[in-house]
Amino acid sequence: MTEISKNRATGKPVLEITDATLAYGEKTLWSDLNLTVQPHEFIAIIGSNGSGKTSLLRAILGQEQLTSGRILLNGKPVGHGSNDIGYIPQHRSTDASTPMRARDLLRLGFDGHRAGIPLPTKKVRDRVNHVLDCIDGHALADKAVGTLSGGQLQRFRVGQAVIGNPSLILADEPLSALDLHQQQAVANLLDEERQEHQAAVLFVTHDVNPILGMVDRVLYLANGRFRIGTPDEVLRSEVLSELYGTQVDVVRNQGRIVVVGTHDHEHHPDEEWV
Amino acid sequence: MIFNFSDYADLLPLITNSLIAGTLLALVGGLMGVFVNTRDMSFAVHGISELSFAGASFALLAGTDVVAGSIAGSLVAAALIGLLGSKARERNSIVAVLMPAGLGLGILAISLYHGQANNKFGLLTGQIVSVDNPQLYWLAGISLFILAVLAVIWRPLAFASLDPEVATARGVPTRALSVIFMLLLGLAVAASVQIVGALLVLSLLVTPAAAAMRVSKVPAIVALLSVVFALVSVIGGILLAVGAGLPISPYVTSISFLIYATCRVVERIRK
Repeated sequence: MTEISKNRATGKPVLEITDATLAYGEKTLWSDLNLTVQPHEFIAIIGSNGSGKTSLLRAILGQEQLTSGRILLNGKPVGHGSNDIGYIPQHRSTDASTPMRARDLLRLGFDGHRAGIPLPTKKVRDRVNHVLDCIDGHALADKAVGTLSGGQLQRFRVGQAVIGNPSLILADEPLSALDLHQQQAVANLLDEERQEHQAAVLFVTHDVNPILGMVDRVLYLANGRFRIGTPDEVLRSEVLSELYGTQVDVVRNQGRIVVVGTHDHEHHPDEEWV
Repeated sequence: MIFNFSDYADLLPLITNSLIAGTLLALVGGLMGVFVNTRDMSFAVHGISELSFAGASFALLAGTDVVAGSIAGSLVAAALIGLLGSKARERNSIVAVLMPAGLGLGILAISLYHGQANNKFGLLTGQIVSVDNPQLYWLAGISLFILAVLAVIWRPLAFASLDPEVATARGVPTRALSVIFMLLLGLAVAASVQIVGALLVLSLLVTPAAAAMRVSKVPAIVALLSVVFALVSVIGGILLAVGAGLPISPYVTSISFLIYATCRVVERIRK
């Protein structure tokens, strides 16, 4: 058994963030953050622009030095990225001339970090085909990545993130720029895949609704402070009002949650969906 | 008369060195070109080649080894571009600053040099077919070094070039790879300058891969086609130049350009 699967079997935490503080000069993004992520946990990281959601992911990837505190990935201090992490970036279209098919994108997630020349081996082919089954991607596999639609590309991004069997998946606004239907489809796919591959998920988003049904806990960042708990514990008017230090209303309507009164997104009314 | 192939068989032994050098350069240019294109470094290649020219010219003036001078100039340019221009826009302005500076210095050195005129012109626009043995050893050494390093870093370099954000997250040392790539690019340019000249290096390090990328999106096929296109351009150019007694570069660049144009037409027809 590999070390990772041992961890999963024994239920050791995938990620341990201890007394973590991140500050740029005067501005403290968050301080004394403690978060322990168990295998299989799906955690949504929510907060206004500039609250340090993406910086938290960057700290886990070793791209941002904590001001104080520490982060352990599978018991070891985080390095500069890891092949035990699957990463789903925000949707960005690729130049159409880029010499990469959708199946090549998947393969990069599998063995792109290893030295050498990418020879076509049976092991790789089987693995790619398996993930193509999972994401229902066979029809698109030989298309150039630059010709995929946003929703199609993000499906392959989910596949790329799980193909290497990581213990942790970091997703940075992977649903932005998708329409509501695609958002739900990609979110559902991610949920299925992380269960099949037994990975924990940290999901940065400004809209919790597409993932509300799959989220175990919410980390809500605002004003240099934070709240962690189940969606029902955190996404309440009195909790968020205290966090923001102003009257904030959490409205539930037809299974969706809207936060009103944060004044964070006056220029982006759509982002008022938490 | 532009072509004279009557005593072609007698000429072939004289160009064996050129053919070997050309084959190696085509391999290097074709493969490096794939990354030059995917990393958006075409313009940087031009900048490096001008400093390579300056280095070679000063070596010529100082009476030292021209290839060594060319390599020194290339590496200085590659290091400057690599250190100062991590973002595409910064990189373009740095290249635009370096290019005329390098060209000017090179012309200064060449103007002060009073040796054989052939050599002077050759550094800018390529040689009449003649690669001597020491030059061939240099080229072979550089080319084999580049190919060996490429074989080791190919996969992570492709990841870092095609999908940098995810590659970084997956632990690929993208910065180190980018430094190594600039080093290789400096060497590849220095080697190519010897054959096609500083002004025309792009035809070896950019055009074949750019052409291949028009007709395929399969990474392995793009790399293969790029090498084939580079080989056809260089070897074809050398063979035609021998018949004409002219520098090889106009032939190399013309073939290379025709291949590119053809690939664009093929791409258009297939759509």
